[in-house]
Amino acid sequence: MASDKAERLLNLYIMLLAQTRFVSKQDIRRAHYAEYADNARGDEAFEKAFERDKEDLRELGVVIEVGSLDPFFDDEPGYRISTDTSALPEIRFEADEAAVLGIAARAWEQATLARRTTEAMRKLAAQGVELDAARLDLVPPSLRAEEPAFDALWEATQKRRAVTFDYKRPGEEPHRRRLQPWGLVRSSGRWYVVGYDVDRADERVFRLSRVQGRVSAVGKAGAYDVPPGTDVSAIAADLARRTPDVEATVLVRQGAGVGLRRRADRVEEDVTGPDEESGWDRVVVTGPGSDLASEVLTYGETVVVEAPEDLRSEVLARLRGILEQSEQSEQSERSGAAR
Amino acid sequence: MSAGRQDADKPVVHAAREQVARLLALVPFLHSRGEVRLTDAAAALGVDPEQLDRDLRVLFMCGLPGGYPDDLINVDLDALEGERIIRVANADYLARPVSFAPSEAAALVVALKALAETAAPETRDVVRRTLDKLAAAGQTVAAERVHVEATPEPGSELVPLLQGAIDRGHQLELDYHVASRDEHSTRVVEPRAVTRVGDATYLDAWCHTAGGDRVFRLDRILRATELDTPVSDRAGHARDLGSGWFEGSATTVTVRLAPPAHWVTEYYPVTATRPGPGGSLDVDMEVASEAWLRQLLLRVAPHATVVVPREFADSFTASARAAVRLYTDTDVR
Repeated sequence: MASDKAERLLNLYIMLLAQTRFVSKQDIRRAHYAEYADNARGDEAFEKAFERDKEDLRELGVVIEVGSLDPFFDDEPGYRISTDTSALPEIRFEADEAAVLGIAARAWEQATLARRTTEAMRKLAAQGVELDAARLDLVPPSLRAEEPAFDALWEATQKRRAVTFDYKRPGEEPHRRRLQPWGLVRSSGRWYVVGYDVDRADERVFRLSRVQGRVSAVGKAGAYDVPPGTDVSAIAADLARRTPDVEATVLVRQGAGVGLRRRADRVEEDVTGPDEESGWDRVVVTGPGSDLASEVLTYGETVVVEAPEDLRSEVLARLRGILEQSEQSEQSERSGAAR
Repeated sequence: MSAGRQDADKPVVHAAREQVARLLALVPFLHSRGEVRLTDAAAALGVDPEQLDRDLRVLFMCGLPGGYPDDLINVDLDALEGERIIRVANADYLARPVSFAPSEAAALVVALKALAETAAPETRDVVRRTLDKLAAAGQTVAAERVHVEATPEPGSELVPLLQGAIDRGHQLELDYHVASRDEHSTRVVEPRAVTRVGDATYLDAWCHTAGGDRVFRLDRILRATELDTPVSDRAGHARDLGSGWFEGSATTVTVRLAPPAHWVTEYYPVTATRPGPGGSLDVDMEVASEAWLRQLLLRVAPHATVVVPREFADSFTASARAAVRLYTDTDVR
């Protein structure tokens, strides 16, 4: 089945490629969709299949031009693919630039975008760029997107397609929002989507981790324009101010907490610690407040937060959460055994 | 047709698109080279050779509409099946690769920008040049809608030093933190390569102290000094960097993830996933180091718990209890 469909897609691409005139839908159907019967049901099935195939070609980077077959009658649209818009422009890269591309290609840890980068690199390889991945002078930054809503919002942003989703602020009930996404921003370890909130009739920023459940795309691609002058990175800079870095003072067991020590602002050695099982050092680190708690937690019983108070209480609350979970599961086991 | 077709519908559609993507890269690749060995083409395009063989059999069925044999693309099947050489003719109109799809361009450009932010100044210039060329070719527009604030990987500042020692064939002295035993050690190693595996970067080396092959996580190397001593032939043989890199036996652990921790399945290899109670997910993971698992569970606390084995669940709870005690038993403020 896969090869039938692949054959049809490739043949459709070849048929429309480098045509000086637009090709009529009828000719396309005759050449590649002959199996669809010439009746109402067949028409409908053909239309569906043709739409899907066009969408598949667009996903591959192909630009399909739609135009009129006859300048005097524009009732029947025609299609063609121009080499100008659909072929990758010839780009020559130096060896060091190719090496940098090879490293950047490994940056995305999110599955879909890692695949996207691979496809882009394959096109460059097709053009003769030799990607030498063997030398590694530097480590790619890790680009993560842990939020389940990321994929759908990335697609919608790229295609300029409106979306709806349920959004829940802490302590509130979730609300259904309608958004025309303009851009995605990663700041302080979190993803945000910026766009036009249709119901509020204004620009809004949403945190992806607060999106609940599915993000649904609505309407057509290219349905709206991003206002000229919209600067996604300026909005990002605003966000960075809103989630400021926190300076935290933590006590670290001697011989432990390597990651924290490595990027410490200050270290004060041999201080009084919470127990005598080891010596303790006082370490001051700076980082985004949201991530600091998770980072400190990974060190378990070798790091204690002194200040600020809200970081201290968040870490403690999450540790107690572990104990509650464990008690609950023991209780349910006991009641299960009693029955 | 049968019901099986309905079920298989979605992946099949995707497979076809990906196959066409590979073919539209393969033909231009061949065009500039004439004939190419199947394995060479597969390596250059990052495709499995058997897959490429199957792809070529689809290409064989394609061409200009018209129905004459001359209209079809010609794939030399004898050469493909015999010498495993790819020869394609009659496909001049596919000589150029398809332009980047917006999403592909954006993914690549965002990665380059993040690299520019985290790299050393001389590398940053190379990244800028690369981005300028992509911009001149009109391939950076889609990325304007995405902005990423990148943070450098801990330990990445050591890479030039480590790579320099490898290039010059010198041994290294390392101050290393062994996370599972939570202790420091100083050791002399014969470095082989710096490699990224999963979400961490490692130095692969022969270790004099341990008397064997070892891998060192860069973010746990506290200090590295290049020695004048040349490496011996122990450092010579590069190891396969795929699976089997990390020796030792793994334990199958079942972890229950509440919804805020579901992302774990995207980042770490899980062998099985089942729905658990209350919207949670039960996932099976092959865990080589209990210390590693404990760190992961603590990072997402309290949204992950161990279901099986019982010993892991108990020791995780015990370490949380010990950590709580540090906050509550004393009055250190």
